This record gives sequence, structure tokens and C-alpha cells, in this order.
Amino acid sequence: MVRTHCPYCALQCGTRIEPSPDGVLVTPDDDFPVNAGRLCSKGWTAAQVLTAPDRLTTPLLRRRTGEEQRPVSWDTALEHVVARLRRITAESGPDAVAVFGGGGLTNEKAYTLGKFARVALGTSQVDYNGRFCMSSAAAAGSAAFGVDRGLPFPVTDLASAEVVLLAGANVAETMPPLMGHLDQADLVVVDPRRSATAERAALHLQPTPGTDLALALGLLHAAVTEGLVDRDYVERRTTGFDEAWQRAAEWWPERVERITGVPVADQHAAVRLLAAARRRYVLTGRGAEQHAKGTDTVSAYINLALALGMPGREGSGYGCLTGQGNGQGGREHGQKADQLPGYRKITDPAARAHVAGVWGVDADDLPGEGPSGYELLDSLGRPGGPRALLVFGANPVVSAPAARRITARLASLDLLVVADFVPSETARMADVVLPVTQWAEEDGTMTNLEGRVLRRRRVVDPPLGVRDDLWVLRALATRMGQPAERFPAHPAEVFAELRRASAGGLADYSGIDPEELDEPAHWPFPAGGASTPRLFLDRFGHADGKARFRPVTHRDAAELPDGTYPLRATTGRVLAHYQTGTQTRRVPELLDVVGEAFVEIHPETARRTGVVEGELVRVVSRRGVTVARARTVESLRTDTVFLPFHFPDGGRANLITNPALDPVSRMPEFKVCAVRVEPLGVPQPTNGSGDR
Amino acid sequence: MSRVVIVGHGPAGHRVAELLRARDPRMRITVFGAEPEPAYNRVLLPSVIAGKLTAEATRLTDHGDDRIVVRTGVVVDDVDRVRRVVLTSDGEAHPYDDLVLATGARCFVPPLPGLVDEDRNPAGNVVALRTLADCRRLEGYLPAARRVVVLGGGLLGLEAARALTERGHDVDVVHMGPHAMERQLDAPAGRTLAAVLDRLGIRVHAGRTAMSYLDGGLALDDGSTLPADLVVVSAGVVPDTDLARRAGLQVGRGVVVDDRMRTSDPNIHAIGDCAEHAGLVPGLIAPAWDQAETLAESLTGGHRPYTATRTLARLKARGVDLAVIGDGNHESDDAEVVTLADPARGRYARLVVLDERVVGAILLGFPQSVGTVTQLFDADAPLPVDRLALLVGRTAAEVVDGPEHLPDQAVVCRCNNVTKESLTAAWRKGAHNARDLADVTRATTGCGGCAGVVEGFCRWLRDAQPAREHPLLSPTLVQQGSDRVRNPGDLRQPVPDVEDRAGR
Repeated sequence: MVRTHCPYCALQCGTRIEPSPDGVLVTPDDDFPVNAGRLCSKGWTAAQVLTAPDRLTTPLLRRRTGEEQRPVSWDTALEHVVARLRRITAESGPDAVAVFGGGGLTNEKAYTLGKFARVALGTSQVDYNGRFCMSSAAAAGSAAFGVDRGLPFPVTDLASAEVVLLAGANVAETMPPLMGHLDQADLVVVDPRRSATAERAALHLQPTPGTDLALALGLLHAAVTEGLVDRDYVERRTTGFDEAWQRAAEWWPERVERITGVPVADQHAAVRLLAAARRRYVLTGRGAEQHAKGTDTVSAYINLALALGMPGREGSGYGCLTGQGNGQGGREHGQKADQLPGYRKITDPAARAHVAGVWGVDADDLPGEGPSGYELLDSLGRPGGPRALLVFGANPVVSAPAARRITARLASLDLLVVADFVPSETARMADVVLPVTQWAEEDGTMTNLEGRVLRRRRVVDPPLGVRDDLWVLRALATRMGQPAERFPAHPAEVFAELRRASAGGLADYSGIDPEELDEPAHWPFPAGGASTPRLFLDRFGHADGKARFRPVTHRDAAELPDGTYPLRATTGRVLAHYQTGTQTRRVPELLDVVGEAFVEIHPETARRTGVVEGELVRVVSRRGVTVARARTVESLRTDTVFLPFHFPDGGRANLITNPALDPVSRMPEFKVCAVRVEPLGVPQPTNGSGDR
Repeated sequence: MSRVVIVGHGPAGHRVAELLRARDPRMRITVFGAEPEPAYNRVLLPSVIAGKLTAEATRLTDHGDDRIVVRTGVVVDDVDRVRRVVLTSDGEAHPYDDLVLATGARCFVPPLPGLVDEDRNPAGNVVALRTLADCRRLEGYLPAARRVVVLGGGLLGLEAARALTERGHDVDVVHMGPHAMERQLDAPAGRTLAAVLDRLGIRVHAGRTAMSYLDGGLALDDGSTLPADLVVVSAGVVPDTDLARRAGLQVGRGVVVDDRMRTSDPNIHAIGDCAEHAGLVPGLIAPAWDQAETLAESLTGGHRPYTATRTLARLKARGVDLAVIGDGNHESDDAEVVTLADPARGRYARLVVLDERVVGAILLGFPQSVGTVTQLFDADAPLPVDRLALLVGRTAAEVVDGPEHLPDQAVVCRCNNVTKESLTAAWRKGAHNARDLADVTRATTGCGGCAGVVEGFCRWLRDAQPAREHPLLSPTLVQQGSDRVRNPGDLRQPVPDVEDRAGR
């Protein structure tokens, strides 16, 4: 029996793995405090992904456009990639090659991928799918506290909470075992849908999609006029309250009610619940964050938490529920366009010098800040944009907004290389597919949503022909002329280097011994220091030790309903599937639960649009059309439809989503766009739905 | 580089200055505020009266740079439209390319004995509530004022009345109309509102006119006198059009503007409480801000015609949940009217529907439905067929059925997709407690939310068995050929092993 962690979400539930006749058997680990013996259906069935019938076991190469992908040797595949990369770089410069990483990669892989991009390729064009995940919360958290760690306290602290406000987080579906820590608390759930989590709430606030910011401002307004602000805390531990209040002063609850639809009485009730409790938390999820104003929305919730005196006190606080398995570690070690390992800024000369020293290169040779995820993808194949893209641990054909447009960009590349363990929708488009290991086949570390560094352990051998991503990056780097010792392929060696690279950074791992990870190791954990389970108890991360209010105000969603597109579509997840479904759609048991794209619609709205429960319908936006099966849901708002984004091809929810970006985090507006819904039988107009 | 002069630094003037600066950084903006203090948000004054906000907390944002010059305590006396300059009380002349009148409105104070002084300003112990200065005057009187009479039972008067009772004062409201807010409310709504207010310590004297305020008593037209240590006047406002009149602009009730907020002089514009658009002076902040948007767009080369904002009168008073959406009093033959009255509990709703759309609604004591109805009104969206469900708002929490009522295919554990059928199958195989059921089916191992249901399931099956007998051997538990529970209390019914028994 080996103790490791679930391959899916940021909870990283502890699991025990034993060999079984059919491969391996996964059971929940009673001794890992985050899940304490709990596991959802995705985790229970995770072993089936190891033996997926269409598992990639050999590199594939498409020699010419229009030809099939054909099995080739590793040497042939790698030589092909390197020859193309060399030619493209020679013709168009290093920025003609781009890299797109993932929040599911181990710390070692994420670290090596960023280093590979900056050192072996010399490109600034590197970003990752975490941009689509928690970038808004990261930006707002950094601005407020000077440090962004999803939960600045252990998950288990939530278990003794009296009240928890969940803003745009449907944890009962997306992180079921977390509910085990929330069953004592009164939940205030903010969600346009009556989600599984909302059904368990003491109070459910159901705002119009795209108005979460107004609601958060209304809550702060109510807190002030009800006299619930912790004046002493605000005075001692924060700056900027007055400016933040001046903005919130314009959002009195009656005005907010008109914009959000959330009753005035409920706004007051929510802040009273929070204020009356001694142990209370505000937690945000993608529902609050995936907006063109996601950063400001999270800031508004942090402002509320600060006004009530919550962060930096044991038993209270603000946190972001990070989504992907290594969404936390993935954003700390340098696969993000603006960052170097240790959560350092790539624009900071001292950070560049430190990291360049560890890497044995000249700091001046490190590229600067590159474009963000969506902007990077949208520039592919355009004049001046990258001509080649290497994808590790991501599936942007399904996960990126305005999917049709991004798919066209990917198709325009001279070279698309995808490293994955199953033929994802993006891998199917690739010129070169590199088969790599997955969770139970590899060693490494992951950092979960509470900033705790965990051991992922190898339990089974990968199929013949499959290589570890670290091996792949080393093979590519050495073929590109890098010294082999600069790209170690053993996770322990990489971690040792990562410790040095992160030393002195915000996310300092330098004191972490990977052999001792059964003991809690929350970063920052400097060499000679200790784990930091709770941040901010004495001071916040800014130089003055204070948390900062950020003055924010509401504005409309980037796209509002009109006569042609009268409804608001919002996207999200269901329990049985994970992200783009690449893994979970390969587990028959999960596919049995939800097997195809669907759209939730209010029965009244269905009646008016001629949509029949159980029939396929078209959901149309200015970006495109997706086809999904109608499910009528009485608890839904009549102006809103919901689509999960796990499904491929014509059922991709992201065919309709709006790539309007947050000005700070560059997060796309996944959570609201204007659509119409029509039965499949309606003739298609010949114009009006083209790409912008 | 165009020069814009804004007269008035209330919410409308403040907003248009901010919008102009954001749209055109080169614009030179000068704002004159007659009041001697920085701009503040009038909407928040009831909270100041109630003691919930300080005066400072109502401040609007500082414009924060030198591209907007703010002159507080300076009154604009005159406009020279030929030379395009304004003349100010400090003796200066300021040239403009565009002039914005955002002069607001003044309280109307009835010229009754004891209510006004010789200059027609409020007399001692009389306050008309419009400005922060008025709030401070009020604050000066409050310590000695046990009994307060509010003159005028409109929206603002009632908000002030409620704010004063929150601070422990006894409040009477004297209102000329047949009931409070009679322009917005029909008679049943007015009656119910009066009862609700009465419970909060506010007595409404409707259909009464004040005659004088002498010797601490407000004399009414029926000969009665209400003792009053303080009279708060909220008898309506008058658009402040003095400057416009002096400048020779077209003035009706307010300064007349077109849908770009232009007055009769194309270089002079008016917005907010002083402006009259299409014969209406809205007198609310939402239209004022909307007008500021239109004007800012127009002054920076755009065009965003102002159309009268859909009106919402939402009372801000703790313990009274009242909203009047659009024309709540609307009467016509083709309108569908839905009413719901529960006067004993202080609830009344009137929903007016025309062509499947809300044209008006009165919602008193329906806090859960105001947001939804307002949004349907604002979006001009068709209404759900079930109007009553809409009015009642949130539907009651779903009643969770006991395990005996669940169909076999019902998912008990969502996290692991475990149905009642799989639980019964596991029970049949010997998993007779929650722990064993979890081991076999994984139920309860995800979020744990179904733990109670699974426990109940165990109890139900255990209770269904006579202790000594194995369920499979107990004929009394079997009711063949039926898969539905007819009687919730019928414990013979839900036996999971019908098939097993029948098939073996």
C-alpha cells in the first residue's frame, strides 16, 4: 500500500493505492486531514484513467497538414520537434515559439517547463491554464495581503467555523470532501444557480450573473450602515478603508437589489450572520473570479472581510478555493508569463539575478514578461505572433474562451506539440504528440489549496513507450544545445534546485525536505525555518505589515443581453467530471452519470423558446454555437442558462464564451455572456454569428 | 482644449465631472459647489439621521487631481451667455465652452405661522431635510426633541420618520393626501402601510393639513394639535431654476432639456433634480446618474440619448419593505391586475401586467420578490405564468422525503452516484449499517451530506424487520407486485428483496 494523492482537484485528497488484479485500487486515506477518509467518485475511479483504452503509448507525428498522426519513435519525434523549433527560431526569433503549461503539473514539471521556456527556448511567450483558473483571486490576494496563498490557513480550520460565505463556489460538486469541514457552519452561498452547495446553505444569495461585484459592495455598505465594521482592527491592521468605502457608499443595498436581484433583507442578513460569528470565513471560487472584473470582485469580498476584521486572525479569514490539482504550486514556480520561481516577479531585477544564478545563466539573457494565456493563444499564427506552440498538461481547444477562434489559431501554427497521456482534443490537432506519465506513474510534489506541499508517489510503472515530462524537457533541451546537467530529469534533483530557486521568494520552499512531507509543510518554509500553516497572524505581507483595502466599483458585464441574445449564459462544472473532461470522460462510471453536454434552462424560458426537456438545443452567442441537451431546472433564474464545460467538439461550452479580459489578471469572462437558446430544428441564419 | 463649468456639486454634478475626466483627460473642468463642504451623497442622509453614518462617511470621492478644480462655498450668480462666462459670488468671471447646470432642488416649506421666519426660511425647531447642514441643524434639536412631527408622508418623509424612531423618538407624520405616498400607492396599500408604520411607532395622520406651529404644537385643519418639539418638513422639493431663469433659458417646472440634456442654449446643459425632460422632473438619483452619462457622452463627441429611466421607488426604512415599481397604481381595461392582501401581517402586493410585461407593481412586505420583479420590469421581460409564485418570491424549502418515498433510481449520494437501489442491494448482501454501506457503495464518503439520509435508510430497514427474523424470511414484509408506497407509515411496503425472494 502506498499513500499518495488524488490526481484531480486542489484538495489533493489523500489516497491509498494498492495493486489489484485490474491495475490498482484507490481508497481514501483516513489519516490525511484534508479529506479524512472521504473521496468523491472521481477519486474513487481515478485508477481507470491509468488504463484508459486509448492511452497514448507512443509518440505520434503528422508530417504534413492533412495527413494522419502516425506512430514514430521518440528519437524521430524529438528530432522533428527540435528541427522545426530551430528553423522557426532562426527565421522569426525566440518569441516565435510559445509554451502553454498547466495547473495539474507537479511543482517539478511546472518549474522545469518555465525554465525550459526561458533558458532553452529563450522565449517570453509562456503562460498556462491557471490564467483561466484563479488568476483574479491571485491578483486581488496579492494586492490586499502582499502574498497570495489560496487558503492562508489549513483547510481543517474551516471545521470549527460558525459561518462561511462561499462566493461563487459550488464545493458540494467541485470539491465534495471539503463539505466535511463545512457541515458545522452556517453557509451563506452566493451563486446564480441553486447549486448543490446552495441547497445546503443557511442563506442563498442568487445574483444575476455578472453582478457579483455589486453584491459584494452592497454587503460592505450594509456592514458599514449597520455599524458592524471592526473599527479597531481596521485602524490597526489595514490601510485604505476610507477610499474603499467611498466607492461602496454608492452601492446601497436597495440599489444593489435592483442590479443583482438579491433581496435587501438577505444582504443585511448575510452581513449580520458574518458579523455575529466569532469564527467566520469568506471564500471565493471561480464564480466570483472568472469575470472581466474578477479581480475587483475578489477585492470587494476581501474588503468586506477586512472591514469585519477577519483576515489574519486564527479561526477567521479570507481564502480562495484554488481549482486545479497543483493550481497553487503551478502559479509559484515560473510557468506564468510574469513570474519566476518562488512567486517572484520577472520584472524585478533582484529576482532575475537570483534565479539566473541558480540556473547558471546571465540575468540579461532571461526574457521579460510575456502575454497572458488568452492573449498568447489568440496571437498564435498571426503576424508577429508565435508560429510554434508546446502544450504540457492543458487542453485549450476545450478550456479556452471563444473556442472556435482559439481552435483556428492553433490550426494556423507551423508546429503544435502536445505532451499528454490521452489523446485530448488539443492533442488530436497536434503535429507531434508526446505520450507522458500521469499521477500514479510518477514521483513529485504538489501544493494544495492550503499551500501545503505534498508527495505524489509512483505506484505503478507507466506503459512501455511513455516518458516522464521531465525526461521530455531534458531531451528537448539537450537537443537544443543545453548542457544535460542544467535539466535534471529526476524529480528529487529538480526539487532540490527548486528549493534554491525559491529561497527568499514569497513562496519559499527552501526548508522543505521532500522525504518529510507526511508532516505538514505549508509555505513559506525557509531553510532553517518552519512550516507556516497560518499566514498573517502577526502581520500581512506588505512592507508596512498592513492589509490594503482596494477601492473598487461595479460595472456591467462585458456583454449584456439584448433582443438577439436575450439570456445570460454561465458556465461551470458538474461533480462527475473534471475540467475539460479529458480524464473523467474516459471513466465509464462517470460518463454514465453525465455523458454529454447539457444546458440548464428554467421551464418558463424553455416554454417561451420552444425548447423541450431532453431535446438537443442550440445555444448561440456572438462567438459561436454549442449544442447541448436541455434540462429544465425550476430553481434557475429565468434569465440565465448554465452549461458545464467538460465536453468536446460541438458541445464545448466555450464555443460561446466571451474572451473579454480582466484588466489586471487577464482572466477571461467565462461566467457570463449573452446568448439565445433555440431548438435544433430552427434554421440557422447565414450571418450574424461570425467571429469578431 | 475645452473648458467645462459645472454649477452644483451634488451627486449629478460630481458624477458628470468624473465621467468627463475619464473620457477626455485634456478637458478642463471647474465645479462650483454652493455648500461650504466637499461633495457628499444625499441618498445616505437618512443613515446619518438614524445615527448609522457620520457626515464624513457620505463624502463622494475626491476628484484627486488638478484637472478638476472644485470651488466649494462659491455660488454662481449669473451667466453671461454672450461672452460665455459665469459670474460667481466671489466676484470672479469664469469662461466656459460648455456649462452644466446641476443646481438640484430646494425643499418646499409651507409658509405657515411658526414654520418659517420672515425670510421664509425654516423657523426655530423646524428643519427641512435636504443637505448635510440640515442634518446638523436637526442633530442640534434632537437631544431636546422627544416628540417629532414629520410634515409630509412621501418617500423621503417616511424614511426620515423611520430614521428618527430608530433613534428613539416618537414620530407623527402629517400628510395632506388620503394616505401616505398616495401618488405611488393605492388605498389598500396605503392602509396596510399605515398599520405597519404604526407598529414601528409612527402614526400617520392622513388627509390633514398643518395650519401653524406655535407654542410647541402643530395645529391641524381638523382643529387638533399635535405636540411637537421639532417639525421636520418633507413636503416636496422645487427644482432650483433661479440661475436658469436669470440667464433667460426655457424653464418649466425645471430647466427644460432635450434628450442630450441640452437646454434652450446649446452650450448650456442641465441634469439631475433641476432638469425637466419630456415634461418630467424625476427627482431620483438613478435618473440623475443616467443623465450624467448621457451628457458626458454628448460633451465628448458621442451620442447616447436619454430616455426616461424606468422608475423604482424603494423605501429605505428598517422594518418596512416597500417598493413601487413603475406605475403601481396603473388602471386600464386591458391590464391584468394581480393583488394579494394580508393586512394582518402587513403585506400587500399589486402587480399590473400588460402584454405579459410588468407595467407596475406595489410590493409591501414581500422582500423576497422585489428584486426579481424589478429586474423583469427593467428588462421588459415576459413574466412567468405563475404570478403568485412570482409575488411570493422564494419557494418554500423542499420537503425532504423519507427513504420510503424515494424512487429506486433516486440518487442518495451525489458524490458517488449511489442510488437507493444500490443501497438496498448492498443491504441485501449484508451491509446493515452506514459504515458497511459506505464500504460497499461509497455512499457518504464524498461530501458526507447524505450521511443523515443513509442513517435514516438503515433505521427504516431495521425497523421494517422484526428483530428475530431475517428480512428475506419474513413474509409479512413482502408485498409483491407493488413498487410504490401508498401509505408513508406502511412499513411492510418498502422491502428491498422482492425480486430475490420471488426469483428463488
